[in-house]
Amino acid sequence: MGSRSSHAALIPDADSLRRETGFSQASLLRLYHRFRALDTNKKGYLSRMDLQQIGALAVNPLGDRIIDSFFPDGSLQVDFPDFVRVLAHFRPADDEDAGLRDPREPEPLNSRMNKLRFAFQLYDLDRDGKISRHEMLQVLRLMVGVQVTEEQLESIAERTVQEADEDGDGAVSFLEFAKSLEKMDIEQKMSIRILK
Amino acid sequence: MEGTELAGKILSTWLTLVLGLILLPSAFGVSLGISEIYMKILVKTLEGSHRITLFNQPQWATIRIEKGVPKESVKNSASVGIIQRDESPMEKGLSGLRGRDFELSDVFYFSKKGLEAIVEDEVTQRFSSEELVSWNLLTRTNINFQYISLRLTMVWVLGVIVRYCVLLPLRVTLAFIGISLLVMGTTLVGQLPDSSLKSWLSELVHLTCCRICVRSLSGTIHYHNKQYRPQKGGICVANHTSPIDVFILTTDGCYAMVGQVQGGLMGIIQRAIVKACPHVWFERSEMKDRHLVTKRLKEHIADRKKLPILIFPEGTCINNTSVMMFKKGSFEIGGTIHPVAIKYNPQFGDAFWNSSKYNMVSYLLRVMTSWAIVCDVWYLPPMTREEGEDAAQFANRVKSAIAVQGGLTELPWDGGLKRGKVKDAFREEQQKNYSKMIVGNGSLNSESN
Repeated sequence: MGSRSSHAALIPDADSLRRETGFSQASLLRLYHRFRALDTNKKGYLSRMDLQQIGALAVNPLGDRIIDSFFPDGSLQVDFPDFVRVLAHFRPADDEDAGLRDPREPEPLNSRMNKLRFAFQLYDLDRDGKISRHEMLQVLRLMVGVQVTEEQLESIAERTVQEADEDGDGAVSFLEFAKSLEKMDIEQKMSIRILK
Repeated sequence: MEGTELAGKILSTWLTLVLGLILLPSAFGVSLGISEIYMKILVKTLEGSHRITLFNQPQWATIRIEKGVPKESVKNSASVGIIQRDESPMEKGLSGLRGRDFELSDVFYFSKKGLEAIVEDEVTQRFSSEELVSWNLLTRTNINFQYISLRLTMVWVLGVIVRYCVLLPLRVTLAFIGISLLVMGTTLVGQLPDSSLKSWLSELVHLTCCRICVRSLSGTIHYHNKQYRPQKGGICVANHTSPIDVFILTTDGCYAMVGQVQGGLMGIIQRAIVKACPHVWFERSEMKDRHLVTKRLKEHIADRKKLPILIFPEGTCINNTSVMMFKKGSFEIGGTIHPVAIKYNPQFGDAFWNSSKYNMVSYLLRVMTSWAIVCDVWYLPPMTREEGEDAAQFANRVKSAIAVQGGLTELPWDGGLKRGKVKDAFREEQQKNYSKMIVGNGSLNSESN
């Protein structure tokens, strides 16, 4: 009669994952069970299809882009550590984070900058570090579907790029992106709290 | 040889016992009370083991609801979420202050919703078996429970012996006899010319064999509101959990089944029973033609002498914690709908057929090595389509009625999600809402430029 609840031993590299992502032991275990539940054929990794089966994700206009963020660089599988690393971006910030962090350690995955980077890469398909007008248009098209005409969409994209673009290169770099959102409460908009 | 003689004697005694104690009473719809005694012993054992668990793991006493078979907590565990959800509508989530044009940050809302869905969604969990609050002494449900005590282990070992060495052979025998009788009986009855005698005989055969089959699963069924039992010329609609549903319903009344012609054993059974009474079987090619299907079903219910049709509008097996979208096709036929809610008690055995995980044979073996199949069947008052209601709305109304009665949660999703991707129509709705916000408030920035 085995138990599953307290077996961190199920998760490979649990300790280093915990340090890297900042998830608690309990949260990590929940995510591990979720990973296993999504992995319908018990392959040990998730494919695009596994994520596309999730109904609520498939109806999300940005669903495909979100799935893409799990499969960087054309990979076709995501294992548990990578799965958790992506989800770590949405971990709510710890209260003690602000001043006490050791500046020599790498930035935690759920820092404001990293959350912004996650959002940025939803736009920046070709990963060139800039959101061109064309990429902006593509994301807009995903979000509105067929409801809006091409001209309206182009003018919206044009306006948005112009507003954010400071150095006049016709595209939005990550720093310009971050600057245009500096007043926004990223923390509240991009955090998912896992209950105990 | 003495060995074979002995074996022969044992076999014949066995069969006589089975005949006398189970088959004959089934034919007359009478119960000798053996299964009731078994169930009482079983309930006492499970309660006892639950108490042992609580005694040895006191911290559980505060978390879990105490005693016996807690139905309420079983319901709750199915709906507890693991993340804090913000269910505000799209407008609020997209920071409602603005005159609302597109902003770079809009993408946050969708990405958060998307990742919430990845961490937890209400549909995927419906396609795996329900988790139990307290262990019911079956290894297969032992996922959360650690080693408790020696006494419990001994009870478990005893349970294994009883289930595999005593119950399983008995059940397999019964099931075999039940199916064979069904096939032979209906073939024989089918030889008769159409008459009321034939219908009466066919009902008798169906009822008897289904009762035998249900006994082969140690089924204990409680019927509620029998006054609403489906009448001839109506359509009976129920939530679907497993192929056993059919036997459970047929034990109390005969139905005309609807389905696809299949091969193998199922095909043999199908061909046999359609001789005795008019079930509606479709070829695979015919199933695609919705008008043909509707037409045939309409013809069936127009004939008042024919048995009510039994349909499972979800289209697939769900794990009995929720009711998913009812396909509107069944509700376009017209006629009176008699809803029926079926709720299994998972404490005694899991009836859910996870067709992606188990094939039919392993599923049946699992069911036959559980303690019992205990379920409640509620007959609901008949419903008809109202003025100005379209088939989809009517389907939803019936679905709600069934969900409320059975204590199941209601989900708008299509059970077909188990196998395929969701329809684009749902995504278009989200896109429509969003576009209305950034464009639909009349003013486009191109004007002010």
